[in-house]
Formats: sequence, structure tokens, C-alpha cells
Amino acid sequence: MRRFPLYLMLSVAALAVLFPLLVMLSTSLKPLAEINGGSLFALPREPTLDAWAKAWGGACISGDCRGLSVWFGNSFAIVLPALFCSLALGALTGYALSLRAARWMDILFAALLIGLFIPPQVTLYPMIVLVRELGLFGTLGGLVFAHTVWGLAFVTLLFRNFFLSVPRDLLKAARVDGAGFLATFWHVMLPLSLPVCAVALVLQFTYIWNDFILGLTFAGPGRQPVTVALNILAGSQLGPQEYNVNMAATMIAALPTILVYLLSGRLFVRGIAAGAVKG
Amino acid sequence: MQPVRLQGIAKSFGATPVLDRIDLDIEPGEFLVLLGPSGCGKSTLLNIVAGLEQPSAGRIHFGDRDVTALEPDARDIAMVFQSYALYPTMSVRRNIGFALKMRGLDAAAIDAKVAAVAKLLQIEHLLDRRPAELSGGQQQRVAIGRALVREPQVFLLDEPLSNLDAKLRADMRVELKRLHERARRTTLYVTHDQVEAMTLASRIVVMDKGRVQQCDRPETVYARPANRFVAGFVGAPTMNFLEGELALWDDRPALRLDDTILPLPGLRGATGLHVGQPLVLGLRPEHLSLAMPGDEGTCQGQVLMTEPTGPDTYVLVRLAGREVTARVASGIALAAGQTVALRLDAPAASLFDIADGRRLN
Repeated sequence: MRRFPLYLMLSVAALAVLFPLLVMLSTSLKPLAEINGGSLFALPREPTLDAWAKAWGGACISGDCRGLSVWFGNSFAIVLPALFCSLALGALTGYALSLRAARWMDILFAALLIGLFIPPQVTLYPMIVLVRELGLFGTLGGLVFAHTVWGLAFVTLLFRNFFLSVPRDLLKAARVDGAGFLATFWHVMLPLSLPVCAVALVLQFTYIWNDFILGLTFAGPGRQPVTVALNILAGSQLGPQEYNVNMAATMIAALPTILVYLLSGRLFVRGIAAGAVKG
Repeated sequence: MQPVRLQGIAKSFGATPVLDRIDLDIEPGEFLVLLGPSGCGKSTLLNIVAGLEQPSAGRIHFGDRDVTALEPDARDIAMVFQSYALYPTMSVRRNIGFALKMRGLDAAAIDAKVAAVAKLLQIEHLLDRRPAELSGGQQQRVAIGRALVREPQVFLLDEPLSNLDAKLRADMRVELKRLHERARRTTLYVTHDQVEAMTLASRIVVMDKGRVQQCDRPETVYARPANRFVAGFVGAPTMNFLEGELALWDDRPALRLDDTILPLPGLRGATGLHVGQPLVLGLRPEHLSLAMPGDEGTCQGQVLMTEPTGPDTYVLVRLAGREVTARVASGIALAAGQTVALRLDAPAASLFDIADGRRLN
């Protein structure tokens, strides 16, 4: 019983975090009449999935009454290529920087790190100009480009620091065995970095999926991500507010990140348990 | 099989010189051991032969081929690292076959070669395991297999046994010797362990401060060290050094230590030595023994401590105010404080210059 205070504190903290989520879940399961007539905190008397169905397939967003399902596809079309590009480029850049073949490489890395400390809002306008000059503004490619560039500093940092911890003898052995820069990366270094890949994947996925401002700015009409749709849906001033649909839509939009956390979490643990880090 | 020739190899990192004009000729099929304390430049020299580092000056020839500017894989070498450096994510099979795959061999040929090497090293049952699932000795075998499979012109080994425990190290030493006797490949082996150097080498290169101190057969390096550094580095317990001046005793050579005269009958002389010349006498522990009755030219010492090692006992003796170590057969009871008569094996003694340490006889 000596641990009672500990459990009490943890329970209170967990409740504080979970309470808004519970309210959302309970509201999303109520019919609209029940919401308008009762307390926000009351549990649903007649639980129904109608609001979830409408949010997914029937809600009208920007005049299109096919719900979030359309925008979900947009989000995946943005996230998957952006994720692949930022991980591939970040891993390769981190590997190159970790070789420290010249002194200026550390300076280059320091310069790259500055990118971590500047919020994207600050560089938003220059980025718009850059993407416009590349002729990519308002296209999927432009948005993927912006996400890749903004994620590069962080992903590079992750991989570079991991690759620095790899014993130098391993690189020498690969060189003696006749593996060049790319072969060493592909056959030796990349398989070693599986746990780092999992970390980068989870964080980049969450960041890009949850992004609102870049999606709003760069994507162009018809290609905007689900976060933008959510804003249109919840911010709509026409007609009565369908709180249950809004809540259901929000939870649907958050589901993929939760799934990625759960799936990659297992990959992460497996990577470490397989002894990928230890020689 | 090709000879390896190093000409005037020098290396410095920034302003720090590491190697100073090294010249070495390695005969085809030879087992050459680079021996020296840490920081003497032996690993750097090996890396330069491997092509992992570029020398600041000098040329390297394999046969009549100048390989100085070539990448490691173009030199036809294989290397075994102290840390083994096995690829952690690959099975033993893929570890051994990796160099062949990089060379572009087809899968069937790789499989056949890997199988042959695995059989030779008796690691066939380990082929599908990861390095992390192997013991230190097994990892060592895989690392050697990875080098053997390439059938290189030159074999380079960088302290390959120093991560093993003592028993396993002795076993692997024998195995390495057997492998070399079977394949007769030119081998360059770096170690700081003199037992490895003495047992494996056809010639030993003793290095210190980036220079070759002596390059000769193991027996010669042990019996006639070229200078005081080599004498002190090779041999355990270390050689006894006595500083004194050359004297005559009964018309025979002797060493004067302050007031004591150590008779050295049969000392191998050399030209240019004269009575009264200050020098350093070097005597290995086995060249100091307990005197038999009737021996002449003995000297008196006082036992300070004994160290039984099993077959022999090392006795620390105070002789003319200096401490020396003598090796005596075990089973002779000696007590601290006891006075003993010692016989010096003068013909085996080394004489060194007191100033620069070079050998005088």
C-alpha cells in the first residue's frame, strides 16, 4: 500500500488527459436531439453510430457531400510520398554527414540544425516563393517538397547521431570488402538503423498528418488534407452545429496516427530486441 | 604469392608524426609480425598497407604493382579486425560471402566458396546465425573466414586475438599458425603481445615511436636485441639492466657497479670497447641462476621475494644495491632475506650504449 499515492497521482493525471477524449467519444455516439437537450457530460442514453457514418461518408464539406472519406485519400497521397522522401533523404544525408570525411561537414551539419529552431511559419513565405518558382505551387509535388524540406533537419539529426555510434571498424570492413558509399549504406548501415527508422517514421507521420497550415497553403483546391476538411466542417456557420458529427470526424482524423504509433511501436521494440544496435 | 615492399612510408596527422620513413620487404608467404606498445604506429602502418589510410610519403608495391593510390578492394587484400567488425544484421553466411557479392560473383559460386571455408574452419553449423548469437571465439572464426574466402594476395590481421580469453587465445594462436602453414599466404600481423609475436612470426618487426627498432627472426630478436628498447619490450619478466662500467677482474671482463665487481667470464666482446667505459649490461632472468659449489666468478645477493609460476620460480634478488630477477627451477626453497650466490651467464649477456641504448656486442 506504500504505492497508493503513486497510483493516485497517475490515475488523476490519466483522467485529466483522457477526460476530453471521453467527452468526445460520448458526444459522438449521441443523436443530435440528445445533445441539444442534455448535459455535455452525460453518457449517451441511446448510443448510435449514425454520426460516425455521416462524418465518414455523408457530411457536406465545401459543397461535396461525401464526408471525410475523400479528404482521407488526399491526406494519404500527401503523407506517403512526403514520408518516403524525408526518410530516404534524411537517412542518406545523415549517413554522409556521419562519415565526417572533412571538417566542413560538421559545420554543414550545424547549419542544418538551425533549421530545427526556426518554426515553419517564419519561412512560410520564402517557401511559397521557392515552390512557385519551381512551378510546383498548388500541386501535390509542391506540398511534398515543402514537407520534405521542413522535416529534413530533424530526420538528418536522428540518423546522423545514430550512424556516428556505429563502430568505425564496420565501415572499414565494408570498404575492404569492396562496398562503396551507396553499397555500404544499403547493405550495412540502413539495416542497422531499423529502430531509428521506426522513430523517424512515427514522428514524421504524426507531424505531416496533423499539419494544417502547409496543407492549406500549398495543396490547392481538391487536394487539401483531412485537417483542412475538419476545420471547414467544424467552422461552418450555416445551419445548426452537428456536434456529434464534428466529434466523430475529429476522432476519425486522429485514428491513423494512433495506429502508426501502435504498429511502429512494436517494430521499434523488435528492432532493439533483435540486437540491431549491439555488435 | 607476391612480395610486399614498403619504401619510405611516412605518416603524420596534422603536426603529429606517427610513422617515420619505414622501409620493409615482406617475402612471399612470410608471416611478418608488427610488435610494439600502443601508439607506436603499427596499426597505422597496417591501415596504410590495407589502403584504409594514405601515407604522407612513400610507396607500396605488391610484386611489381604500385598499389599506393589504390582502394583496399583493388589491392587484393583481406583484413581481420580486433573487434571482428562482423555485419550485425547479416547471417554468418552473408557475412562471409559479402565481399564476393560486392565483386559480382553469382550466387552459386558464392555458396560453394562459403561452404568450403566454413568446412575448413568448422563453422558449418553456424552459417545461418547472426553474429550476436555467436561466442567470441566463433565470431573470431567467422572474421577469419570472411578474410580467407577472398583468397587474397596479402592477409592483414589487426590484433585479432586480443578480445579472447587466455585459453581461447592460445588455441586460436595454434590454429592461425596451422592455417598459415597450410595456405602459405603473405601475412602481416599486428600485436602488442610478444608471445603471439614469438610463436607465430617468421620475422618480427619491433616498432616504437613510429620507427622500426629491429626486424629479424624471433630467436634473434630475443637473444640479440638491437637496442635497449627491444631488449626491455621483448621477454617477460623483462630483462635485467645493470648500469656500470667495463672493468677487468683477474684479466677477464667484468662490470664495476659502484664498489662491487661482477665477473663476466666469457663475455662476448666487440671492437671499440675499452676498460672504464660506462655501459648497460642486459641479462635475462634465465641467465641468472643459483651458483653450484665450485663455480667461479659468482656474486652474492639477498633474496627479496619469490614468484612461483609453476614450472619456474622468479626470484627478486638485491645485487650490488640493484634489484634483479633470476629464474630458478621450482622446488628450491628460498626465503626472503636469505643470501644466495648467483652465477651470471656472461656469454648470453647484451651490452648497450649508456647514452643512445644501441647494442654494443
